[in-house]
Amino acid sequence: MLFFSYFKDLVGREVTVELKNDLAIRGTLHSVDQYLNIKLENTRVVDQDKYPHMLSVRNCFIRGSVVRYVPLPPEEVDIELLHDATRREARGG
Amino acid sequence: MSRIGHDDSFLYTSLATYPGKKLVVLLGDGRHRLGLLRSFDQFASIVLEGACERVIVGDLYCDIPLGLNIIRGENVVLIGEMDMEKEELPSHMTAVSTVEIKRAQKAERDATYLKGSMKNIMEFLGID
Repeated sequence: MLFFSYFKDLVGREVTVELKNDLAIRGTLHSVDQYLNIKLENTRVVDQDKYPHMLSVRNCFIRGSVVRYVPLPPEEVDIELLHDATRREARGG
Repeated sequence: MSRIGHDDSFLYTSLATYPGKKLVVLLGDGRHRLGLLRSFDQFASIVLEGACERVIVGDLYCDIPLGLNIIRGENVVLIGEMDMEKEELPSHMTAVSTVEIKRAQKAERDATYLKGSMKNIMEFLGID
């Protein structure tokens, strides 16, 4: 639940999602769910030439199980907050 | 997909906006399907109507019609909504027949295999 809550706070931000098949997609985070499935809007593929299939796709649903990374700029991440939340979850769980 | 009303009900991700829309579905084995979404479930399994498999090899592409498909959710990587006003494919790509694309695919596979086996031979011989 921790990362579900964290991603909920990121809704509306521009993120890049890197998938396990090496495809990286940039877009605005529209929504997320408990499985960490992600819906992105205004998407564009990083390295578009390698993935011509996705040319006309502007919003997409990404299954949580195929996400490898969601890189975030360090200045936008409150690491202490995450650390505290983790400690609380560990204690409560 | 989340259960509506569970946790924060105002924010959930669902495929509910997609039925009736033309979609690109990326599968786990690297294949691409296009089609109209008719149904889905909580595992992201989907029913695709008028599905076709778009095979792209270099600048060649081919749409192989498949009809009505049920795709098991575990194989689904991404579901993208195609914007009908945008170009589906770059203009430099040409459509070819099924036979030709299969030939091109085989040629690509053989080239990759050859590269792989050459690499193995070089490594075995200790050649950089």
